[in-house]
Amino acid sequence: MLTDSDLQAIWLTIRLAGITTMILLLIGTPIAWRLARSRSWWKGPLGAVVALPLVLPPSVLGFYLLLAMGPFGPVGQLTTALGIGTLPFTFWGLVVASSFYSLPFMVQPLQNAFESIGDRPLEVAATLRASPVDTFFSVVLPLAKPGFITAGVLTFAHTVGEFGVVLMIGGNIPGVTRVASVQIYDHVEAMEYADAHRLAAVMLIFSFTVLLAMYLRRPKPARGD
Amino acid sequence: MKRLSTLILSLLAIATAHADEVQVAVAANFTGPMQVISVLFERDTGHKANLSFGATGKFYAQITNGAPFEVFLAADNKTPAKLLKEGHAVAGTAFTYAIGTLVLWSADAKLVDAKGEVLKKGGFKHLSLANPKTAPYGTAGLQVMNKLGVADSIKPLIVQGENISQTHQFISTGAAELGFVAYSQVIKNGAIGSGSGWIVPANLYDPIRQNAVILDKGKDKPAAVALMNYLKGEKAQAVIKSFGYELR
Repeated sequence: MLTDSDLQAIWLTIRLAGITTMILLLIGTPIAWRLARSRSWWKGPLGAVVALPLVLPPSVLGFYLLLAMGPFGPVGQLTTALGIGTLPFTFWGLVVASSFYSLPFMVQPLQNAFESIGDRPLEVAATLRASPVDTFFSVVLPLAKPGFITAGVLTFAHTVGEFGVVLMIGGNIPGVTRVASVQIYDHVEAMEYADAHRLAAVMLIFSFTVLLAMYLRRPKPARGD
Repeated sequence: MKRLSTLILSLLAIATAHADEVQVAVAANFTGPMQVISVLFERDTGHKANLSFGATGKFYAQITNGAPFEVFLAADNKTPAKLLKEGHAVAGTAFTYAIGTLVLWSADAKLVDAKGEVLKKGGFKHLSLANPKTAPYGTAGLQVMNKLGVADSIKPLIVQGENISQTHQFISTGAAELGFVAYSQVIKNGAIGSGSGWIVPANLYDPIRQNAVILDKGKDKPAAVALMNYLKGEKAQAVIKSFGYELR
């Protein structure tokens, strides 16, 4: 039903979304924690910067990432100096771009989850002489688990649905940067509508299933009290 | 009395002509010349041309699904023919408004030599090409590489632009060292404006015939007909030539 190049695009998309989610779990968790716990003046500006990708059009984000990561941009010169070469038109370039693009989808649910824990459990843990690290892993993590699930699923799903940024910096290379959304766009442009319908249907079913699973797993709201 | 009514009638004609607008879908490579032509067109005829720029394949999808375009300046001759066959365009209106010229171009002033030997020598990591499946300039670029026998060695280096504008953007930002674009995108005062380039000889690729057609929505619209005639006129053709296109 699906062609080899369709399957390749789907697999690439899943790999991109999976790796981006992992990276953002590592980067996003400390950012969300600082945002949730800090009372400092920079909390507002940092929160705004994290939310920027929600507002900026992918064309803007993609174009400036292309300039920044290209051979004349600061990031490009850094990566060249480090011997990695330049990032546009590579899989890892897409990972970097997606990490920017999906950052708020990781940070914001986590921040909410951390904030809703409140001070009390942390104070209790402190009186029991738990170290901050210990507190984080044995108190915060279990309490914020629903938040982590939501953040992970949203980040993954949002990266799967990414199009504009990938188009701007990807270069549409099969197996490297041609993700499913670009592949569908290609089918449409080439007037291969039957292929476009099939791949779009797969994307639709996949996205619905993932989101449904997330909503079914949500804890029921507590009754009474 | 008769004179007065003629005067009123002709004034009315001018007034309605002034009010007439035409919605035009323009292939991305023709952006530059069409912006100039539309200004002249408005000044000379009183009609206003509202321009949308984009990829020909995308316009096809939009037109067949009811987009309000009245005239279509495509990047090829296949898409207008297909629209005619499917009844979305007005029979007998299609004509070749420009024949595209392909250029191998780099933002680096030293990279591309006057004979395009760089394709055989290599020394670049990325070559930008418009998607050959959908963009005529991409198809032409691929034909050139096949004819020169370098397609196999260059294929792994190809990065694809969604349309010819994005292909140009990849090169102008330096992300790709060189690539195939339309001459119209890099021409300035009758020569390649910046960087370095090779105007590919016409015998290395099939002619890029760009056809215009009146679409169903523009049927019997004076402004649409006027624009088609204007494109065939001397003034428009001078602009088209100055952007490096050939005319029949």
